[in-house]
Amino acid sequence: MSKLLEINHCRKQFGENEVLTDLTLSVEEGQVLSIIGPSGSGKSTLLRCATLLETMDGGDLIYLGNYAARDMDGKAVYAPPAELQKIRGMFGLVFQNFNLFPHYSVLKNVMEAPMLVQKRKEKEVREEALSLLDQMGLSDKADAYPYQLSGGQQQRVSIARALAMNPKILFFDEPTSALDPELTGEILRVIRKLAEKRMTMVIVTHEMAFARDVSDWVVFMNGGVIVEQGDPREVIDHPTHERTIQFLRRLQET
Amino acid sequence: MPTMTVLNSIWNMVRIMSEGMGRTCAIFFLTLLFSLPLGLLVSLLRMSKNIVISTIAKVYISILRGTPLMLQLLAVTYGPYYLFGMNVAREKLIPVVIAFSLNYAAYFAEIYRGGIESISLGQYEAAQVLGYSRFQCFMRIILPQVVKRIIPSVTNEVVTLVKDTSLAYTVSYSEMFTIGKQLANSKVSFTPFVIAGVFYFVFNAIVGWVMGRFEKRLSYYR
Repeated sequence: MSKLLEINHCRKQFGENEVLTDLTLSVEEGQVLSIIGPSGSGKSTLLRCATLLETMDGGDLIYLGNYAARDMDGKAVYAPPAELQKIRGMFGLVFQNFNLFPHYSVLKNVMEAPMLVQKRKEKEVREEALSLLDQMGLSDKADAYPYQLSGGQQQRVSIARALAMNPKILFFDEPTSALDPELTGEILRVIRKLAEKRMTMVIVTHEMAFARDVSDWVVFMNGGVIVEQGDPREVIDHPTHERTIQFLRRLQET
Repeated sequence: MPTMTVLNSIWNMVRIMSEGMGRTCAIFFLTLLFSLPLGLLVSLLRMSKNIVISTIAKVYISILRGTPLMLQLLAVTYGPYYLFGMNVAREKLIPVVIAFSLNYAAYFAEIYRGGIESISLGQYEAAQVLGYSRFQCFMRIILPQVVKRIIPSVTNEVVTLVKDTSLAYTVSYSEMFTIGKQLANSKVSFTPFVIAGVFYFVFNAIVGWVMGRFEKRLSYYR
């Protein structure tokens, strides 16, 4: 297996507050990696750094051997815009609160980026978009507008929108946190189906049972560092680190 | 037949004043044509991260909103003569439209800014991750949503603009109101003002209807 994503010695601070401290992580092709941990532990910041929404202060960020950022004397130096744009085509991101484009129909939400950014032909993109919507169980919603959909449906559209770009790796930032408990199931099912197809995914989540079930690797973060990582059954069922034990116990109590 | 005489004289006044209605409309449409894009430009400069640029835009807005439009009309029309001996007051439509456009751009700029800042950051981020350039993101994702949100405030300004065209009388540009005022003086009659009032009211009823249609066309999403 080859390394799809490598993050080496990532450092990020907001003002005086250091959010990520010398964090190293890699994702292999076909791997499903879950990141768990208390809020404020830096999970989302890590995801935002990986998706170029946030710039790291130090460290390397490498996609399939392409450097998005390279550490030089402790400072992250980013690649030129054209190179970053190329790298953006390698990943997709599903947001916690969907961020669909409200003025576009469901179909246009999915179709515009492949046509505009990847300059693909409309006919081919339309076919693919319709088939993606079908996989998401939304074939009857192609002409609907986001406001007409439930949260779960909106999130499935946003997954289809990300997949339409044919990313090599898909990031999820707490994909079910904005949803009613009864709607989380449908999103988790979709992610599980993607995992079965060996889609490489990095999932920030609070759904422990799901993380244990679907992922090949779990990372527990606290205070901007990886405290513990490994096989999901090991980490979640038999945590060894004090902080992990504490976190998982609290989660069970609620 | 006194009634006929009265009606006749009113009709005569309407005919004389209507010669200026074209100029009133010219001020109105040309001002919109220039001030709507200029306002967008000023609002983008106002939101610039470069502090020099944003300060210049801020000063521009505060001067044009903080002084009377009437004064600005006088300044643009006669200022060049007093300052450089240039006589630009011959074809008055040009300085009038310049003054109106500069003034309305300042108001529109702040309306645009309010609209742009009300769009959630997530919209920019979603577009960025999908690979949209900043320009594509602004034109396709942000601006259409801004337009929908600012229609009520823009309608307010446009309605005010219709009435503000009457200020052109301060530089004796013979638009409808200027003619009406001269007519009222020479005929010692209040009737031209009533006619002017009806004209503005009807004009704004049309503006209201058009903007309402526009708003309705954009109501397909929330």
